Amino acid sequence: MVYRFSIGAFRYQFNGLKDLLAKASPARSGDCLAGVAAETYAERVAARMCLAEVPLTRFLEELLIPYEEDEVTRLIIDTHDKQAFSEISHLTVGDFRDWLLIDSTDFVILKRVAAGITPEMAAAVCKLMRNQDLILVAKKCQVITAFRDTIGLPGRLSVRLQPNHPTDDVRGIAASILDGLLYGSGDAVIGINPSSDSLLAMRDLYYLVDEIIQRYDIPTQSCILTHVTNQIQLIEKNIPVDLVFQSIAGTEKANKHFGIDLSLLHEARSAALSLNRGTVGNNVMYFETGQGSALSADANFGIDQQTCEARAYAVARHFSPLLTNTVVGFIGPEYLYDGKQLIRAGLEDHLCGKLLGVPLGCDVCYTNHAEIDQDDVDTLMTLLAAAGVTFIMGVPGADDIMLNYQSTSFHDALYLRKVMGLGVAPEFEQWLKRVNIMNDQGEIQPVEPAHPLLQGIPEHLLTFKTPNEKA
Amino acid sequence: MRKPDKPILSRDPWQQLKRFTRARIALGRAGSSLPTRELLDFTLSHAMARDAVHLALNETALAQELEEQGFSTQLVHSKAFDRMSYLLRPDYGRQLNEQSRRQLQAIKPVIPSGAVNLVIVVGDGLSSLAIERHAKPLLIEIKKNIPEQWKLGPVVIASQARVALADEIGELLAADIVAILIGERPGLRSPDSLSIYITYAPRVGCSDADRNCISNICSEGLSYVTAAKKLLWLAKEAIRRKLSGVALKDEGGLQEIAVIDQHRKLL
Repeated sequence: MVYRFSIGAFRYQFNGLKDLLAKASPARSGDCLAGVAAETYAERVAARMCLAEVPLTRFLEELLIPYEEDEVTRLIIDTHDKQAFSEISHLTVGDFRDWLLIDSTDFVILKRVAAGITPEMAAAVCKLMRNQDLILVAKKCQVITAFRDTIGLPGRLSVRLQPNHPTDDVRGIAASILDGLLYGSGDAVIGINPSSDSLLAMRDLYYLVDEIIQRYDIPTQSCILTHVTNQIQLIEKNIPVDLVFQSIAGTEKANKHFGIDLSLLHEARSAALSLNRGTVGNNVMYFETGQGSALSADANFGIDQQTCEARAYAVARHFSPLLTNTVVGFIGPEYLYDGKQLIRAGLEDHLCGKLLGVPLGCDVCYTNHAEIDQDDVDTLMTLLAAAGVTFIMGVPGADDIMLNYQSTSFHDALYLRKVMGLGVAPEFEQWLKRVNIMNDQGEIQPVEPAHPLLQGIPEHLLTFKTPNEKA
Repeated sequence: MRKPDKPILSRDPWQQLKRFTRARIALGRAGSSLPTRELLDFTLSHAMARDAVHLALNETALAQELEEQGFSTQLVHSKAFDRMSYLLRPDYGRQLNEQSRRQLQAIKPVIPSGAVNLVIVVGDGLSSLAIERHAKPLLIEIKKNIPEQWKLGPVVIASQARVALADEIGELLAADIVAILIGERPGLRSPDSLSIYITYAPRVGCSDADRNCISNICSEGLSYVTAAKKLLWLAKEAIRRKLSGVALKDEGGLQEIAVIDQHRKLL
């Protein structure tokens, strides 16, 4: 269908919903690279005005990728909840924005309609929103999940402890884990990006984190961010796997590029559930996403990158994850060029995820060839904390020495908790108080050299020799 | 007289863990924030990485230094006319501009029959600093060890280059093997890290799966000797088996030869 809109004497034409959505998107380098962005400022606004008049029902009729050609489209359509949708089915995209903003639309209602919102509807309404709208509406959403602690309760901000090491040295990783725990981080997950593809090296890391969690009785979970097939193999060998990780994207072709499809994710989730390792809940999946991943796999089908990203959340939602992480600035300046684009994308992703009912956290991050620095990181993480983001990353000193990019730190999490008055997951908070890392006022305390976490460092971590050291 | 003040901040009592990792641990806290010293240290590292990305490679100076070492050189430029277009349009960095293309077309390499034609490209990539520091000594090490019957073409110095630019260059110069020495995306701890990507029978349209990569060549990473050895081992194997890329890596048995993995975090 062709969409037409006139402003005075100017007539604008958009070739289908896909084109309309792309042209309505706030400017970003990835959409320019894909050749789908609006060519003028006025065209962009015309697209938004036109989009505002499109009924939400239209998104169920005009599919961005044909049903027959894409299993993500099939998932979106086949799992669409008509009952939940009935509450908003009479709205246009413009009305939807107003409806989301009015005070009577609260978290109970948002939760009720979440299964009726498709990712395209969520992406569309974002394009009509200013940053403050993205924050305000996201703040209203509540998405609560659990494994060994409870994630996403109001007034809480969790942290993924990310203790990466360039050679997966277990002592180096253990040192970063202890550093994070002593700063009160790690309630979302202790999640390691391994540099090696070796199953043996990964097995060592699972045992390492499991040992730390058990020895200190920490209410948190571990994850090794390797390909899902590796994790299934390790589960079959009875390795202590808590959460199963996978990068996902919003089209079948992009997922294929990651070496996955929906049935493989089903298989992985069943495998993780079979270990039955959760104590207060059984959300066993951890997903990562990021705007630009579909385009970089040549699998965007002319869809703008924010809409592709929202479709990834439909994939995530289907598997009831504990955590989903938009790695917002990782992929490079050809997708998000500068701080302004980064901030916008982070807020959009967060809202889209939350509207769909996905526990969205954000790796607020950048690479050194982007026009982004730590001040931009400060701005985005503060805005996200205001919006009620589920979790952020905790990387020692914000400097990931394995992935060579900058993210947020344990210090950053402490800053956000202090300025925004946020707590950690309740079970983890009890633990921090029990081991005297946090005082009764919820402040992180200095620890003594005799602290059990420092005294009880497993002996083998300190004596284990790596191949590097022998040489 | 005033007594000397107690330091405002105290050190984290887990300093001993620093010997296990170069991660920024045990930084201490000013309240909940970074102490000034750590803040400035981080800022300096970022500044160096930024300079590595944005300072232009002095290609004529490099060409002269290489000529002095007995290499013949050829300067080329990608379709990315400046750094901004390079960063925003990765596709431009993978193609030669018209003038460079014509220049390479004009070179008619004479390859003795049975000889292997090896072409080496030096590309700025995302770190001109890496090229400035490591390209010359690495090239000298490679040249020393090239088998006698192989022919080394001109060293092509490419500005605003991405990895795949080597495919077009290699194809134009009828290379059996093309190897590109290119500046990696700079990290805070290694603004000057260099990688080598090797492609057998290069031609426009080769994919990342057709290449082998030797990464992390820098003062704290892989040495020139080891890097040169790995490169020539891979090149010989590629010639012998008439392929490069994933298939070569699988049976190669050499450690630290990683396949290209730009989005490791987004596996």
